[in-house]
Amino acid sequence: MADMAIFAETSMSRPTARMRPGLRLSDIATYILLFAGAAVMLLPFAWMVSTSLKTTGATFVTPPQLLPDPATLDNYAKVFDSAPVAQFLLNSIFVSVTSTALMVLFCAMSGYAFARIAFKGRTVLFYAYLATLMIPQQVTLTPLFIIMNFLGWTNTYQALILPSSFGAFGTFLLRQFFMRLPREIEEAAFMDGAGYIRIFFTIAIHLARPALATLGVFAFMASWNSFLWPLIITTDQSMMTLPLGLSALQGRWTTDWNVLMAGTVIGTLPIIALYVFAQKYIIRGLSHTGLK
Amino acid sequence: MSPAADRSKYLALAVLLLPSLIGMLAFLMLPVLSSLVLSFSEWDLIGEVTWVGIDNYVTALSDPAVLGALRNTLTFILGYLPAVVAIALGLALLLNRRIKGRVVFRAIYFVPVVTSWVAVSLIWKWLLNPQYGLVNFALGAVGIKGPGWLFDPNWAMTGIVLTSVWKDVGFVAVIYLAGLQDIPEPLYEAAALDGATPWQRFWSITFPMLAPTTFFVTTISLISSFQVFDQVWIMTQGGPAGATSVMIELIYKNAFSYFRMGYASAISWILFALIFAVTIAQNLLQKRLDRSDG
Repeated sequence: MADMAIFAETSMSRPTARMRPGLRLSDIATYILLFAGAAVMLLPFAWMVSTSLKTTGATFVTPPQLLPDPATLDNYAKVFDSAPVAQFLLNSIFVSVTSTALMVLFCAMSGYAFARIAFKGRTVLFYAYLATLMIPQQVTLTPLFIIMNFLGWTNTYQALILPSSFGAFGTFLLRQFFMRLPREIEEAAFMDGAGYIRIFFTIAIHLARPALATLGVFAFMASWNSFLWPLIITTDQSMMTLPLGLSALQGRWTTDWNVLMAGTVIGTLPIIALYVFAQKYIIRGLSHTGLK
Repeated sequence: MSPAADRSKYLALAVLLLPSLIGMLAFLMLPVLSSLVLSFSEWDLIGEVTWVGIDNYVTALSDPAVLGALRNTLTFILGYLPAVVAIALGLALLLNRRIKGRVVFRAIYFVPVVTSWVAVSLIWKWLLNPQYGLVNFALGAVGIKGPGWLFDPNWAMTGIVLTSVWKDVGFVAVIYLAGLQDIPEPLYEAAALDGATPWQRFWSITFPMLAPTTFFVTTISLISSFQVFDQVWIMTQGGPAGATSVMIELIYKNAFSYFRMGYASAISWILFALIFAVTIAQNLLQKRLDRSDG
C-alpha cells in the first residue's frame, strides 16, 4: 500500500521537476539534509535492535559496539520469561480496538443527533460538550480513579476502556461532518417513512466513513500509547497494556539494557508494522484534523 | 409537529445521544466536579473527607515542590516549544520540495510519532547513557566530552527536551506540510516574476501564509507540554535532585504515592488555570497580530 502511494506521488511530480542547474544544486542540498535527518530519526531504532541482540559483556563496552558480536536472542527469551508479554500485547489490542470502536460509534451517533435533530437545549448542551475540551485529562484523573475504586473496577478492562470511549472532540468533528452533508439523500428516506435512527444506521454512517476513519486513527493511537491512566488503574500484571508492561520491565531489569531493548523491540514492533501498512492513511488522517 | 413525530424524535435522541451523554457525564463532567470539590478538602482515600476551604491552594502556592515543578515545566516548554516548531517548519519546507522519495522521507520522520512514549523514553535513556550510550560516543568522536545527561541535574532536562523534540518533530512537520500545500501557487509565480529571492519569498509569502498553522501548532504543543509526564516518569522520575520534577508528575506523586487526593486536585486546578490563562493570552496576541496585518 505504501509502495503504491510512493509511485503515485513520484510519477505525478515528475513533469514539474525542472532540469535547471540551479534547482539541481538545491535538490542535492535538500537530499543531504533530509538524509542526515532521516539518519537521526532511524539510528535510535537501529541502536535499539542492535543492543537487543547483544550479550551483557558486549552491551557495556567503550567505545560502543555498533553491530552485535556475538549476536544472541537470549534477551528476548529473558523478556518472555520474566513477563507475560503476550498478555500485554493482547490487552493492548483488546483495549485499543474496543475503546476506538466505542468512541467512533458514540461520537458518530451524538454528532449526528447534534447536527440533525432539533431539540430544546441543543445549543446549550453542545456548548457544554465543547467546554469539556478545555479541561485537561489530568484534572479528571484523581476523581476518576476514586470513582473506579468505588465501583471496584481497578484492574478491569472496563476501567481501561470506558474513560477513553467518550470525547467531545470526536462528537464535534463528526457533527461538523454531518452538518456539511447535503440533506437531500436523507430527505428521500424521510419521505419513505424512515426515522432518524434508521437513516443514521443505513445511510449517514456510511457516508461518514472518511471522517470516522480519521477519528478512529486518532483514538487508536491515543489509546495504544496511553500510559498515565493505565499506570493509575492497573497494578495487576495480567491487566497491563504494552507501554505499562514495558515500564514494569524497567523495574525488573533496571540496567540490563540489552534485555530492556529486547522488550522495547517487542513493544514497538506491532505499531510500526501497522504504521508501515497504513502509513499514508494515518498521516493524512492526522494532518487534516483540527485545521480543516 | 404531531405527537407521533415528537415521539420518534425523542426515541431517536434516546438512542443516538443518550449513550454519549451518559459517558460524558460519568467519565468527564462528574470527575471534573468532584475534582473541584475535592480540591477544597482533605482526603487520604480511606478516612473521612474534611472540608478545608482554600487551604490546599494557599499551601500549594507557597510549596517549594510546586514552585519547583512549575519552574521545571516552564524550562521544559522554553526548550521544547521553539525547537520543535522551528525544526518542524524547516523540515516541512524540505519535504514540500518536489523531489523524488519525499513520501518515503515523510514516512521516516513520522516513525517516532507512532512509537509509544514509553518505548521512546527507554530508547533515549539508553542512548543518553553517559558511559555506554551512543550520544556521548558520537560527541566524543568530534572531540566533545559529553555530559552526564539524565544523571546530571544541570543536563537532565536538556536530555528530556531532546527526546521530546525528536519524537514530536515529525508530527508538527506533517501539520506544517498540510499548511504549505494550501498556499496558492500563483503567489510564488508572481513573486518569481518580481525577481524575489527564495529568502524574500519565504518571509513575504510562506511565513505569513502559514500563520494560522503556526498558531495551531504552538497552541496544541503549548497545551500538551504543560502536561509533560510519560517521558519524565520513564527517564528520571523527576530526578536527579528534583531537577526534572514537573507538574503532572507532582500531581501523580501527591495522589498515588502520598494519597493526598485533595492537594493533588488543587494542584491540577492550578495547572488548568495556568494553561487556560496562557491559551487565552496567546489567542489575544494572535488576534492583535491578525489586525495589524490586515
